[in-house]
Amino acid sequence: MTDPILSARDVRVTFDIRPRSAMPWTPSQKLKAVSGVSFDLMAGQTLGIVGESGCGKSTLARALIRLVPAESGQVVWMGQNLLDLSTSDMRRVRSDIQMIFQDPLASLNPRMTIGQIVEEPLITHHPEMSKPDRVARVRETLDRVGILPNMINRYPHEFSGGQCQRIGIARALILKPKLIICDEPVSALDVSIQAQVVNLLKELQAEMGLSLIFIAHDLSIVKHISDHVMVLYLGNMVELSSSADLYATPRHPYTQTLISSVPVADPRYVKPEVDKIVNNDLPSPINPPSGCVFRTRCAHATDLCSQTKPPVDDLGQGHLVACHHWKTVPSLGS
Amino acid sequence: MTLLSVENLTVRFETPDGTVNAVNDLNFTLDRGQSLAIVGESGSGKSQTVFSIMGLLAANGRATGRAVLDGQDILNLPPRALNKIRPEKMAMVFQDPMTSLNPYMRLSDQLCEVLIHHRGMSKRDALAAAVRMLDAVRIPEAKTRVHMYPHELSGGMRQRVVIAMALLCEPDLLIADEPTTALDVTVQEQIMDLLASLQRDLDMAMILITHDLGVVASSCRDMLVMYGGQVMEYGKTIDLFEAPSHPYTRGLLSAIPRLDQQSDSLVAIPGNPPNMMAPPSGCPFHPRCSFADAGCSTHNPSLAPYQDRQRACLKSAEELS
Repeated sequence: MTDPILSARDVRVTFDIRPRSAMPWTPSQKLKAVSGVSFDLMAGQTLGIVGESGCGKSTLARALIRLVPAESGQVVWMGQNLLDLSTSDMRRVRSDIQMIFQDPLASLNPRMTIGQIVEEPLITHHPEMSKPDRVARVRETLDRVGILPNMINRYPHEFSGGQCQRIGIARALILKPKLIICDEPVSALDVSIQAQVVNLLKELQAEMGLSLIFIAHDLSIVKHISDHVMVLYLGNMVELSSSADLYATPRHPYTQTLISSVPVADPRYVKPEVDKIVNNDLPSPINPPSGCVFRTRCAHATDLCSQTKPPVDDLGQGHLVACHHWKTVPSLGS
Repeated sequence: MTLLSVENLTVRFETPDGTVNAVNDLNFTLDRGQSLAIVGESGSGKSQTVFSIMGLLAANGRATGRAVLDGQDILNLPPRALNKIRPEKMAMVFQDPMTSLNPYMRLSDQLCEVLIHHRGMSKRDALAAAVRMLDAVRIPEAKTRVHMYPHELSGGMRQRVVIAMALLCEPDLLIADEPTTALDVTVQEQIMDLLASLQRDLDMAMILITHDLGVVASSCRDMLVMYGGQVMEYGKTIDLFEAPSHPYTRGLLSAIPRLDQQSDSLVAIPGNPPNMMAPPSGCPFHPRCSFADAGCSTHNPSLAPYQDRQRACLKSAEELS
């Protein structure tokens, strides 16, 4: 087995929050956005990260490339720990790791033409390149993502959402990165356009051997693009497995609830009975439940769950579950 | 029995850059207690259709045609007349639960306002009725929550409050404009289940606007597919899902990623949605349609009966197979 291209070990991100009625001397509260997440990503593969809003999936992705500071942990990228690098070393690494953002229009500067937007990373990372070379690269990259090169002098507002997302992809691709982190790249797009963008990402991945980290709250789209899927809940990993395994035999009660909540586009489909989430609201990450963080909403919770945090068990073939009761939780659909 | 019938509805907007045809010649009917889904991508005119029925069009918008609710044409009625009809006969739930509640008012004040204004209730009776309704939409501890401000509730809770507010006067027709788009899947499922059971209990008709075909499949009997301001296909949900006859409906259905089926790549619809300032000639879908020929770019098909449904396409079934 080859070495992973990126491996995260026990990554923690904590934010300081001032309470509403805070006096200057009041100590700030800690919000644990990500509490100890580990994973490995192989070259040319895709890791999907799913979870509800507020589960820390975007924060985790940003912490990997130091857009938010991680409190502790390790992020090993091709042998070096990114969290220990100096700013200038980190800048060099950033040309290998690029990011695509959720809102296609908001992530493009409205006062720059799309040519300038896509060219900018080259100016930053390859100042030695001549202008004609850069323009040639921009045209070639835009052409690859399906934007006609004669539109190079237009501004972002002249494009539709799907086209803007392609421009965002072109900006990430132009440095020929090894890893692209996609933070909800398709959630703002219509279904027909969403399929175009996902297919484009898959083609590019096959062509250039890219690794992807694909964050989404839509489980069905993640299934289509990912080799492995990690489910986050309140900053904790609850399940990590190969995509096929996770959707066929989800073992964690939270994963089961998530999967069974996805509406099925078939009028004759009858929903299987699952033990539903008991309580509706996500607990506050400032004051997370003791023991297992999911226990307040779990139908299978026992005293044990409130006392100790469940260990991460390996079920074989890299299927990891963090639940005390995964052996006794009935499987989905039976 | 027919509750709402919309005939030849056309919505136009006058903008500094010219006229935008948001909705063209739309026809549909809705029976009492039934549900209809209007499906389409952004810019297809689905929201403007219901805004014109509700009398909520922007100042530069003009609706023509008829919208007969319970025997009365309500299209373009003056606000005073509409205010008599709106909460009692029809009500609406909007997409974003944060922006459809007033952040400065306690829930109790927002909910009671409706009842005091329209039913002439005393403040005390109104509050009791508001608490009952919050109970009905399954908000735990409704008695204490009713005195909270909207920001103290989660997104799913807020959407329940908005639904409760729409249902206070027990309308015959509830219009839900993307009610779950801003919510997580787990919450979406709870809200859709809630809407279905309330609809059953109150014998209420519902128009559900959505782009999520998964939500449609489980909740609506009829379905209307819109594209570029026009109806592409209209019929029973089950028929349209099992044998979509319009190329756009087929494209939509094959573009959705499914959990219950194994397939490696998604079938995308090529191209981009039309710019309604300069809509394509002929059939609005022809630039993205794989079956289109010269005729499609000159003739705009009208909605016509086709097997068990209605559809607007120039191609016959054999040509599309």
